[in-house]
Amino acid sequence: MESLDLTLVWAGIIGFAVMAYVVMDGFDLGIGILFPTLQVGEERDQAMNSIAPVWDGNETWLVMGGGGLFAAFPLAYAIVLPATYPLIIAMLLGLIFRGVAFEFRWRDPRHRPVWDVAFSLGSVVAALAQGMTLGAILQGITVENDAYAGGWLDWLSPFSVLTGLAVVAGYALLGATWLVWKTEGSSLRHAQTMAWRLGIMTLVALAAVSAATPNLHYEYWRRWFEMPGVLLTAQVPLLVAITAAILFWSLRRGHERLPFLMALALFLLGFVGLGISLYPYVVPPAVTIRDAAAPTESLRFMLVGALVIIPLILTYTGWAYWVFRGKVGTHGYH
Amino acid sequence: MFDGLDPVVLARAQFAFTVSFHFIFPAFSIGLASYLMVLEGLWLKTGKGVYANLYRYWLKIFAVVFGMGVVSGVVMSYQFGTNWSVFSHKAGPVIGPLMAYEVMTAFFLEAGFLGVMLFGMNKVGKGLHFFATSMVALGTLISATWIIAVNSWMQTPAGFAINDKGQFIPAGSWFDIVFTASFPFRLVHTVIAAYLTTAFAVGAVGAWHLLRDRANPGARKMFSMAMWMAALVAPVQILAGDAHGLNTLEHQPVKVLAMEGDYRPSPNGAPLILFGWPDSEAADVRYEVSIPHLGSLILKHDPFAPLPGLTDFPRDQWPPVPIVFWSFRLMVGLGFAMLGIGLWSLFARYRRQLYDWPWLHRAAVLMGPSGFVAVIAGWVTTEVGRQPFTVYGLLRTAESHSPLAAPAVAVSLIAFVIVYFAAFGAGTYYLLRLMAKPPEPGESEPQKVPQRAAGITPASGVAARTVGRE
Ligand code: HDD
Ligand code: HEM
Ligand code: HEM
Repeated sequence: MESLDLTLVWAGIIGFAVMAYVVMDGFDLGIGILFPTLQVGEERDQAMNSIAPVWDGNETWLVMGGGGLFAAFPLAYAIVLPATYPLIIAMLLGLIFRGVAFEFRWRDPRHRPVWDVAFSLGSVVAALAQGMTLGAILQGITVENDAYAGGWLDWLSPFSVLTGLAVVAGYALLGATWLVWKTEGSSLRHAQTMAWRLGIMTLVALAAVSAATPNLHYEYWRRWFEMPGVLLTAQVPLLVAITAAILFWSLRRGHERLPFLMALALFLLGFVGLGISLYPYVVPPAVTIRDAAAPTESLRFMLVGALVIIPLILTYTGWAYWVFRGKVGTHGYH
Repeated sequence: MFDGLDPVVLARAQFAFTVSFHFIFPAFSIGLASYLMVLEGLWLKTGKGVYANLYRYWLKIFAVVFGMGVVSGVVMSYQFGTNWSVFSHKAGPVIGPLMAYEVMTAFFLEAGFLGVMLFGMNKVGKGLHFFATSMVALGTLISATWIIAVNSWMQTPAGFAINDKGQFIPAGSWFDIVFTASFPFRLVHTVIAAYLTTAFAVGAVGAWHLLRDRANPGARKMFSMAMWMAALVAPVQILAGDAHGLNTLEHQPVKVLAMEGDYRPSPNGAPLILFGWPDSEAADVRYEVSIPHLGSLILKHDPFAPLPGLTDFPRDQWPPVPIVFWSFRLMVGLGFAMLGIGLWSLFARYRRQLYDWPWLHRAAVLMGPSGFVAVIAGWVTTEVGRQPFTVYGLLRTAESHSPLAAPAVAVSLIAFVIVYFAAFGAGTYYLLRLMAKPPEPGESEPQKVPQRAAGITPASGVAARTVGRE
């Protein structure tokens, strides 16, 4: 009984970490994706300044998600990473270029164009790889004897490409709405236009993924469309519609913070949708969270710390965001 | 194209390459974070501008180093799963929680306060800024503690049971898992190593600028501080290393015998082999130059104490002896060279010539990279010496890897090599350029200097460059 609860709690904590990563590094990566459309000079500098103090903390949630999976669900970690090997490596390499560009682009004006390309290419690759990893997990992984048993290109399919593109569009939307919030002048106007277009693209992608997912496995289909569950699951698309309406309305009215919050809400809903499809599997169709869970002693040992430390982390992370609140301006933080 | 290759060999090469690169950066940033904390603390206490100037000088360098440390570290946290999935599945329940604690107690702390440390000088008060710097420094030390606990558990495992799936599971107390036999020694030795690495890098930069301008107050101050570290800490490191070795002899005798090159048992006391070429086929060190009985004196503190030899152990438990033998000598040689510089600087200080002896400065410049070489040599000794096991004595490396295809590992290895050399090569170039710039001689107070002079606030850094420095 107790181990059952601990497993669920840890699934929740890791879900939270992944969600935190997706929305927080999502807007960082989104800015990278949008970078080529920003004007060289002030627009790009403002965009960079708006995330420079926080990107490292944002990326740490990725380490928390991966490390948490390793610790709490070692079997899942040991299956998913070999199964999506090339995607993970591509993501890591993308994140390297994106990460070093933050510092390197300021070090020598002559090299800046190169690091700007590295920044946006790295962001696109990382976002695409993350989305495709999601797709690869959803479509199912071949497992035999507690180990990955497929080929090394199994992850590549039209569905995973679709989820990859959806995540790229979604991150770009997060980035654009973040810029609406944090920048002013021409940057702000540009971001508003982009947010509008990306909002449409994200919704289309979300719809496509939602339409395709139930057809992957009968299990997913049953989850979404069978009575009485459908009464509950039907709320998700409804809420998405409402959120999208507020997003576009707030953009039209020139609100500067609301669009970002709505983009966050869209991601949250997408995440809930994922949860409905996946639960209780972590590696569909073979491994549930219970199969993969580490022994109770491991989970309990970590939980003691997590319950104290995660609130603390959220507090000082919040403080760091607070220190850099408001519009970034063009001349750094004065 | 790569099908003839052994994926395990490739996976090992990939792990060794990525982790060696990773460790270069933490070795520097653990030391630099503490150094920055000291500089800012001294500035707050004395109000002397030279400390503030040095703080800003090294902060820029720290930002670049730290960034590279983070991105190479993120790679590491996924390497376990991509390349060593069997190891991950089996050891995850024991070492996973330690790594999760590292993320929660260290990585978030560093990352959370890093933004304020780098960009917040004019956003928060001085006290709060110092607090942010201190938290980053503390974070680097906490991080080292957890990851060394993980590594030490793999070297000297304790506090576990093995379940029916072959997994290591915690049994008894977590204290036993964290505080394994080799943990205290390894932690002390590694943290001191990071401080020494930083001291020699800082000392080299100071010396370089002293060779150009002996009057530069920043160069004088950093050189002096670095030489104090060298003189005081290098001997401590040698003692710590000795203790570490004695402890290893107790728990991993094969590793120490490989380090020493002792193939044959020495019932009447082992010699200290200085140089030679270990030949495991013949179980003999060729061209051996050795000092009789010194080996036993060092390892047993008794010149006639008997020591076993590698031939007392089955061959399938031997690590690759020549690598361990040579990497160990490289590290120890550099340790004594560091001690030499430290003593030389003490002598110069005693003669009141610390800033005036160009040969001392030239030697310090030459020794600038010594810490980086020594830490990598040390890790190679430790890790290669643990072979052929990942969990010492229990799980073989050959049974730890993922079900991987050679082409996938080969392509990713090549990609890592290209990307690391491109990205971190560029980073090293920028670091050297930052270091080549002399510290500002002015004694200005930071508040009066607009932030752009620090060059660290991105956009204003550009503004300063396009408008021209004021
Ligand atoms: C500045 C860096 C540095 C310097 C000058 C030294 N070491 Fe070291 N050494 C390390 C940095 C290091 C390290 C990177 O921190 C290692 C790798 C893993 C570890 O535990 O510490 C290490 C490992 C290591 C080991 C392996 C222990 C094991 O894995 O079981 C021994 C026996 C020594 N050292 C001994 C010495 C001695 C006798 C030195 C005296 C000159 C010395 N080290 C100088
Ligand atoms: C940061 C400094 C480190 C360096 C320079 C280093 C170096 C190496 C090297 C050279 C190997 C290959 C050994 C061989 O194949 O002969 C290796 C393997 C390995 N190391 Fe380390 N290591 C470091 C830290 C760590 C830490 C902290 C851990 C654990 C958390 C670790 C875990 C492993 C594992 C799992 C392998 C792969 C299996 C093996 O080949 O032994 N290493 N490392
Ligand atoms: C295989 C073993 C290792 C893994 C998996 C690993 C993992 C990581 C990760 C994920 C990060 C980035 C954290 C962030 O996002 O902020 C990181 C950074 C860091 N790591 Fe490692 N690490 C390893 C070895 C080591 C060792 C041996 C040390 C020190 C003794 C160390 C010390 C640090 C420090 C101080 C940082 C902060 C960034 C920096 O200082 O450059 N790590 N590591």
